[in-house]
Amino acid sequence: MKAKRASGATKKFERALAAAPGRKYVLRLYVAGATNRSRHAVLRARELCESEFGGNFELEVIDVYQQPILARDGQIVATPTLVREFPLPVRRLIGNLSNTAELFVGLDLGTRGKTIH
Amino acid sequence: MKNTPPKSVSPAVRFPKCPTGISGLDEITGGGLPRGRPTLVCGGTGCGKTLLAAEFLVRGATQFGEPGVFMCFEETDAELRINVASLGFDLGGLVRRKKIVIEHVRIERNEIYETGEYDLEGLFVRLNYAIDSIGAKRVVLDTLEALFAGLPNEAILRAELRRLFRWLKDKGVTAVITAERGREQLTRHGLEEYVSDCVILLDHRVHDQIATRHLRVVKYRGAMHGTNEFPFLIAEDGISVLPITSLGLNYNVLNGRISTGIPRLNAMLGGRGFFRGSSILLTGTPGTGKTITAACFAQASAKRGERVLFFSFEESPNQIIRNMRSVGLRLEPFVKSGLLRFHATRPMQYGLEMHLAIMFKEIAAFRPRVVVVDPITSLIAAGTDFETKGMVTRLIDYLKSEKITSLFTSLTHGGHALQQSEIAMSSLMDSWLLLQDFEGNGERNRVLYVIKARGMSHSNQVREFVISSRGIDLVDAYIGPNGVLTGASRLAQAARETAEALDGKQEAARRKRLLERKRATIEQQIAGLRSEYEADEVELKRMDEQVGARARVLSSERTELGRLRHADALVTAGADATGPNRIIEND
Repeated sequence: MKAKRASGATKKFERALAAAPGRKYVLRLYVAGATNRSRHAVLRARELCESEFGGNFELEVIDVYQQPILARDGQIVATPTLVREFPLPVRRLIGNLSNTAELFVGLDLGTRGKTIH
Repeated sequence: MKNTPPKSVSPAVRFPKCPTGISGLDEITGGGLPRGRPTLVCGGTGCGKTLLAAEFLVRGATQFGEPGVFMCFEETDAELRINVASLGFDLGGLVRRKKIVIEHVRIERNEIYETGEYDLEGLFVRLNYAIDSIGAKRVVLDTLEALFAGLPNEAILRAELRRLFRWLKDKGVTAVITAERGREQLTRHGLEEYVSDCVILLDHRVHDQIATRHLRVVKYRGAMHGTNEFPFLIAEDGISVLPITSLGLNYNVLNGRISTGIPRLNAMLGGRGFFRGSSILLTGTPGTGKTITAACFAQASAKRGERVLFFSFEESPNQIIRNMRSVGLRLEPFVKSGLLRFHATRPMQYGLEMHLAIMFKEIAAFRPRVVVVDPITSLIAAGTDFETKGMVTRLIDYLKSEKITSLFTSLTHGGHALQQSEIAMSSLMDSWLLLQDFEGNGERNRVLYVIKARGMSHSNQVREFVISSRGIDLVDAYIGPNGVLTGASRLAQAARETAEALDGKQEAARRKRLLERKRATIEQQIAGLRSEYEADEVELKRMDEQVGARARVLSSERTELGRLRHADALVTAGADATGPNRIIEND
């Protein structure tokens, strides 16, 4: 019984791994209010996702002023913070996303980032 | 000493304070932490920063009706709950009753990438949300410096921290911020420059393998505060800070006297024993009977129906009871009836402060009239001389304010010299008895002096201290031309004196007898002479009578002759005059 379940889990995991490249990137951007810094971060994030992931991404923008509980649940300290929820591992990119090199390292887009710039 | 509690009332009115509820800390700070302002608590690892902060919150929520937010950067809330549960705080229950919010801020350096300018608004929002969700009045940030490890760009951090403290003030919450102690400054990242109202430094020092915690209020803007380092301890019911001078020298005194348990010793102390509520020091070299004297005092007190607390640092209670039985002191009935309680610990078991706190606690719980500490010198092993004196001062202050009579035994190490530490300690004591070994003639004997007894006339005499199976007795030591004699030599001297006295008596009797005999002889002689004289007298009388009779016969014969011869009366007269001479010649 146990062995069956275990083998089932393994299969699931293998399927998930195989499916990963095709799955959408899941990103959340936490900002604090409609400041210039927030606006800049949102624009940069949209731009990056469009250019790097094509249409294959999910970007959620959260204003911590509006939803402080989400800030707590997302363990947000600094704003703006772009959290890459998927693929794992979780990455937190703090700042207004103007440092492109660090941004690409953070999102594991190293090589492709270089080709753009 | 000028900073006495009554005087600190006026600044407290001017400067609103937030009571911590931590015993002792509110006394030092004159009422608590500055209300509505941040306080920095810094110290090394494991010195109790988090516990102090947690107690501040818990007491605020439970005793002062002020809910609080605990924002922890290092521990998760589950860990925190377990940690403070060791102080008996039910954090989980307080969280459920919405008295406390635990906000865990997790920062993983390895998943963070800095991509440009940022601020800590996320943290502000969370803190604000947590405060508003329960209407918190108190906030703890433990340990804010974790931010420095977790976030890059110190310049931004510093600016944001400055803003955070400003924000906390504007929010009107009383905040406690903990920080790790730095090498050259109070905190590792110089947080003290942002928190300018109150800084408390915690310290955990190890001296001779025994650790003692200390607390110092480094800074308290706008208020008087004790600047000394105060020992504190973390016990099962929270932190307690022990201010040495919190009580001061203004306790009331009692005039009653209580027996020492040794009648002769009472006599030495003005006939009535110790003052009630006084402190007594009993010093002596090993084996001079300190514990026995102390036990005697304890027993006498218990006999009067007073509760006695006996702190033993050398022997177990059962051992003391057994040993005292051998000198006729029965302690177990009093232990059974609950009048006598023993509290035995090894001096090395804790630091001095812990000992003191445990003693305070025991005294507060048992409420004795008499406390015995046997011996106080053992505690020197648990701290330095200075600390011990500080501790004894506090203990005596406390006992005196509670009107408890206390007896401390103190071990002197050989020789005659009174050690420095004892002299230091003795100044705190009202009475000082010295037990000493007296060696001579191949034996050791114990003697007792009363060195001082404040407020009573006391004997200046040395007494021999005799321990037998019937208990303790004090005997006058023999003081004569040969010095002070004790023990066998005292007995020998006494025997010698008795013998001498006996000799004298016998001699006198002999002389008396001699005289008596002489008198008898003389009287006999007198009687002999008298009888001789009487015999002579009788003889003389007889002779006189004989002569008279002969004369009468002669005269009658002559008269007869004359009558016959018809002689006249003249011849008779002449014959009458010469007659006796003749007769004497005839004899």
